[in-house]
Amino acid sequence: MSYKKSYQIYIIGVGGQGTIKTATIIGEAAMAQGLNVVMSEVHGMAQRGGTVVTELKIGKGLSPLNENYSADLILAFEPSELLRTITVIGKNTNIIASCSAIIPFTVSLGISKYPDINQIIERLGKKVNNLHLIDAERIAKEAGNIITANIVILGAALATPQFPVKKDLIIESLKQNLPARSIDMNIKALEMGYQEYSNILN
Amino acid sequence: MKVQDIYEKKQGEKLFLLGNEAAVRGALEAGISFASTYPGTPSSEIGNVLARIAHQVGVYFEFSVNEKVALEVSAAAAAAGLRSFVFMKHVGLNVAADAFMSTAYTGVRGGMIILSADDPSMHSSQNEQDNRIMAQLAGVPVLEPSNPQEMKDFMIYGINISEQLKIPVMIRTTTRVSHMRGIVELGPIKPGEKEGFFKKEEPGFTIAPAFARKMRQELIKKLNQLEVIGNTSQLNKVVRKNNKNKVGIITSGVSYNYVLDTVNKYSLPVNILKLGFCYPFPRELMKNFIANLDKIIVIEEVEPFLEKEVLTIIGQEGWQKKVYGKLDHTLPHIYEYNPDIIEQGLTQVLKVEVAEKNPGIDFSGLTPPMRPPVLCPGCPHRSTIYAIKKAVQGLKIKKENIIYSNDIGCYTLAMQPPYYMADYGICMGSSIGIASGMSKATRQKIVALIGDSTFFHAGIPPLINAVHQKANIMVVILDNEVTAMTGGQPNPGILTDRGGEKSTVVSIEELSRAAGAGYVKTIDPGDLDNSVETFKEGLQYEGVSVIISRSPCIMFVKREKERLTYQINQDKCTRCLICLRQFNCPAIFQREDGSIDINYLLCTDCGYCVQVCPQKAIEVKK
Repeated sequence: MSYKKSYQIYIIGVGGQGTIKTATIIGEAAMAQGLNVVMSEVHGMAQRGGTVVTELKIGKGLSPLNENYSADLILAFEPSELLRTITVIGKNTNIIASCSAIIPFTVSLGISKYPDINQIIERLGKKVNNLHLIDAERIAKEAGNIITANIVILGAALATPQFPVKKDLIIESLKQNLPARSIDMNIKALEMGYQEYSNILN
Repeated sequence: MKVQDIYEKKQGEKLFLLGNEAAVRGALEAGISFASTYPGTPSSEIGNVLARIAHQVGVYFEFSVNEKVALEVSAAAAAAGLRSFVFMKHVGLNVAADAFMSTAYTGVRGGMIILSADDPSMHSSQNEQDNRIMAQLAGVPVLEPSNPQEMKDFMIYGINISEQLKIPVMIRTTTRVSHMRGIVELGPIKPGEKEGFFKKEEPGFTIAPAFARKMRQELIKKLNQLEVIGNTSQLNKVVRKNNKNKVGIITSGVSYNYVLDTVNKYSLPVNILKLGFCYPFPRELMKNFIANLDKIIVIEEVEPFLEKEVLTIIGQEGWQKKVYGKLDHTLPHIYEYNPDIIEQGLTQVLKVEVAEKNPGIDFSGLTPPMRPPVLCPGCPHRSTIYAIKKAVQGLKIKKENIIYSNDIGCYTLAMQPPYYMADYGICMGSSIGIASGMSKATRQKIVALIGDSTFFHAGIPPLINAVHQKANIMVVILDNEVTAMTGGQPNPGILTDRGGEKSTVVSIEELSRAAGAGYVKTIDPGDLDNSVETFKEGLQYEGVSVIISRSPCIMFVKREKERLTYQINQDKCTRCLICLRQFNCPAIFQREDGSIDINYLLCTDCGYCVQVCPQKAIEVKK
């Protein structure tokens, strides 16, 4: 893979949604496929309910941080967080977002407002080619538990045509990185997410 | 990946490791058998991994009471001939500074690595501080890895030069290296010495003035020798050579990644010198690299450390060359770098056209909701600070007449609305020292908020001071029986079990009484009425009162019995919003119709909110 073909992934969510875990699953699978991969995570204070961003670069890059307007894939586990990804969105970025809002305490205190998600989607739709909202929480519930919503989104990402890592390696990596008793449920969530996105594409 | 892979995987195998995990593997490959720390982001995962595996791999590891002690215990092990490893966040080295400076003088016998994890952009810190300058001040050599592979490899290199020159070696990382994950090819594990022996031979380790003068001479000699090693070290390399072009880049640490990505992206015809062993400055190497260049761009995070040395060399040689970096504002002096900052700087100096990629998305009028970090649902600290507020209100103390000096830990989050209970908070243990001084300077009421781990770390001397100086303060020790903010490490107040060897628990109550506090009481923050009454007593006490509010952290303590679940009785609820706007539990929310409800995804069934509701509308769910 030449430098220009390196694949940049930007994952954003709220503390506790599994952004780091999702990225680690992708990263280890990429390594197993023989690809070079680097990843950047956030730990510490931000984890307590704050925004968490994890970034990956698969291919030739040395730095995991996505360049401006150059992300190949954005996974947003919370829809309003899309507003924080504006610096990495390019015209051809594939964007997959969960449609379920997580409203922070600042909104109940009245010191912050929750934006209109429809507006965000409409404005994004004018400029980007591949944007899909997925009801990840509903699918996750069907798969067995709402906490698998991140894996539903990961499944959807695997169905994007350019995704560089093979699905069976992602499943293998998932088995290595999640608790043994939750594996079946997570694989189900992954497959359902994959199916959901495949249906959208067809 | 499983944590055991870090020591079970063999030479030649590859792992996808976090920089901090790679440091642990590096320690094992370097034959390190003694390690210590006080947890702090972005270094914490090194300790978290070591705590889980140290016993299996035969390494002695401790979470010390603070960074100074951590540095001292590892220095002692190295003096006894073991290879040792102490690690901390950048500001931790400030706490350890006294021991750090003197260890440079005494030197070591076994190799010793001091890892400083700096935090540019202050992701989880109170300042951005470039500890290469601390190393220079002490006279300690510095290695700067750029990625997890180098993190591991530099541990081995560092221990070798440390043992060769009998000097501790600093590995300086930054957040984006400590928290970068990358592919690491493993080397062989080298079992460390199990037991040391402290030989009483000259030169000793006591730095009385007469000895210190000799040690200072020795230190300068060692630094001169290290500079010679640095000039030809494999860690310092010219990675791009371009004789035709008179532009060169000198870079180190994570910045190297951004530089190389940008240079590759635009096929820039530049020379690049990467410095992995950056102090003592490899001056000969730098001079030779610069000699034929017209323009030098220096790219490093936080301070213009290498940049000033480049200017020094140019000045000494009497050369006319242009140096770009932080000092001429080509690159920013504040916050961490990223690929775009470097791309902008390099393309500007090299006059390269950059294609416009901005798709022009219009998000005007739309802003994401603020998501500051927040005390978890079920956090006992919320109940403690709520009870303090109630007590202050009960005593009719005006807002402007009460000062909250806060400290470093989860309870720092009390600074946010609706609590506003952090007027002053600068460093570990400062809450009590600031309270002590404030009490002498003003007649306002002062409440110091400090956690259990922070109290052990740096809260005891200021408590003694406050008692001795007859300060009039209330000290609240929020004891959640763990070091929570950094990920749940133990502290001296907690019973730990290291392979069957149980720790001795140190009592906060006894320490407080021994320090001379006249009023010492322990409360359960789960009992709101009693907590409020106790805080009222504490606030009215003339002298130093200590109230220990003890309840385990909801994140790290296993539930022993099934808890009750709660619901809002909508008939009783008057929508006074006290639960939401004053107690402010993130699991309680208001529906669009105005009714109050519980988010069961977040609720931990702690039941603290039941006592907060004046209408008794929060009930046990049947």
